[in-house]
Amino acid sequence: MLNPPQRTARKIKNLLPITTIWWREIIRFYRQRSRLFSAIAQPLVFWILIGSGLSASFRPAGATDELDYIAYFYPGIVVLVLLFTSILATIYVVNDRREGFVKGILVAPVPRWRIVLAQALGGTTLALLQGVLLLLLAPMTGIRFGAASFFLTLGVMALLAFSLTNLGLLIAWRMDSTQGFHAIMNLLLIPIWLLSGAFFPSTGVPSWLAWTMKINPLTYGLAAFRHSLYLDTATKAFGEETTWTLSMLITGLFCILTYMGATLTASAQTN
Amino acid sequence: MVDTEVLHSITTKSREPTADSQIQVKNLSHAYQQRQALDNISFDVSCGEIFGLLGPNGSGKTTLFRILSTLMPVTAGTVHIFGRDLATEVKAIRNLLGVVFQHPGLDAKLTVIENLRHHGHLYGLAGKTLRHRISELLERFGVSDRAAERVEVLSGGLQRRVEIAKALLHSPRVLLLDEPTSGLDVAARRQLSDYLGMLARTENILVLMTTHLLDDAEACNRVGILDEGKLVALGEPDELKTQVGGDVIIIESVDSGTLGPAINEKFGVSTVLTDAQLRIECERGHEFVRDVVAAFPEEIQSVRFGKPTLEDVFVKLTGNLFT
Repeated sequence: MLNPPQRTARKIKNLLPITTIWWREIIRFYRQRSRLFSAIAQPLVFWILIGSGLSASFRPAGATDELDYIAYFYPGIVVLVLLFTSILATIYVVNDRREGFVKGILVAPVPRWRIVLAQALGGTTLALLQGVLLLLLAPMTGIRFGAASFFLTLGVMALLAFSLTNLGLLIAWRMDSTQGFHAIMNLLLIPIWLLSGAFFPSTGVPSWLAWTMKINPLTYGLAAFRHSLYLDTATKAFGEETTWTLSMLITGLFCILTYMGATLTASAQTN
Repeated sequence: MVDTEVLHSITTKSREPTADSQIQVKNLSHAYQQRQALDNISFDVSCGEIFGLLGPNGSGKTTLFRILSTLMPVTAGTVHIFGRDLATEVKAIRNLLGVVFQHPGLDAKLTVIENLRHHGHLYGLAGKTLRHRISELLERFGVSDRAAERVEVLSGGLQRRVEIAKALLHSPRVLLLDEPTSGLDVAARRQLSDYLGMLARTENILVLMTTHLLDDAEACNRVGILDEGKLVALGEPDELKTQVGGDVIIIESVDSGTLGPAINEKFGVSTVLTDAQLRIECERGHEFVRDVVAAFPEEIQSVRFGKPTLEDVFVKLTGNLFT
């Protein structure tokens, strides 16, 4: 039996690898500031150009006078920033693996689930920081934050960022080249975002598309995000056909499954 | 053609595993689908020695390195490191190993000290103990004055030294290095070899390295030669070279195919044809060179004469050139 100080020492010893891998993710991102800029600038440009362009001519089913397309598109853009940052944070795992750095971590006495957890927390922190920057623009779209909605929004964003980073890790741990990663990103990750209700609601779309959107886990993530954003705002966002409970439940489940998937993938790697 | 008699005499001459053998590899095999990468390999290594695994590309040394470094599981045979079974006690073994991979294992965007701190944390080192150990190693490897610089600005030789310092940070009992001299110039290679020698002597650490460079292998205390997944020779470099015997003469000719048998017949020697070159081992090589050139002045283009090297051992055992 270990006495209390020994137990504390062991806990610290177990935490150290997680904090050090997490810290490296943050410091490296900070030292390559152009990455910070590109992850936030591109979605912002999309939002301003597409949002303004479509506001005049395009009115999704259920739109009210108070809520134009720019406002509808806003939560989707925040999620896109989370997606881009998570992906950028994980794409470097591909390079790290090709070089010796990840091998050095793999031969250390650290279980793979802790390595993946640390990497996922690193990506989550970075995505969350970028997402919070974007939240500053929320009042422009009529959103009013109270303490409840603000902290709930942060929580949902953290869950989303954690799932998306793990989804990125799940791919990155299998890839030998960053080109392959980009291909998967264009073929899989961007469509997941497009069909999550970020760009257009599922009301009024052909039934096959509505079904695709229904089985897309990010649809529920985005719904949970909209719910939390508009918690303290009188005018509700449209596209709220998914209930708060269901969207949170599926978002939580998505979080766990992506993390388990990333851990299993990393555990199977021998280089 | 493999000279089975010599092979037998060399492999049986190798040491039997003893109580002080800290790495014991027994009947280790590994296959990738159809291809047999390692075929029934056995050897042992003790503390204080530098053991070299020499082999051309595709000989299986990378697979062996991956297994020893715990990246790949043992599928057939056994490996014991300090009495612990690699198949069942991976975590305990990982604490005993310091591993230097062929590809750079440092984060170029981090400083030297940040890289070392990161590594120390992975092994549960922190605080004063870690700081003390880092400064001690930086001092010993002569990189103290570069500690605060980013790794990307260091030369290849310095980076390799930092990597070795990193691998030694948690005081491992075994240092594994995969092609440690690749990408280094001659001076840096010599310096690295000196450092490894110093480590083996002063720290009583076991150093095991893979290499495809004959010069690197010559500097090891003992060498295992791998070819097509098999361990074809095991012993001290000098001991292996005496198995070749006498001198080695290499003759180049426009028509080596017919010159070989002609030389065999006239001088009663045995020539081996490898890659259009004729290799002959014989005593009193200087006299043989004089006689053979006099006998075949037209056919012979060039003659090289020398004492046997590890390459000659390889050629003798496998019948192939070491490439």
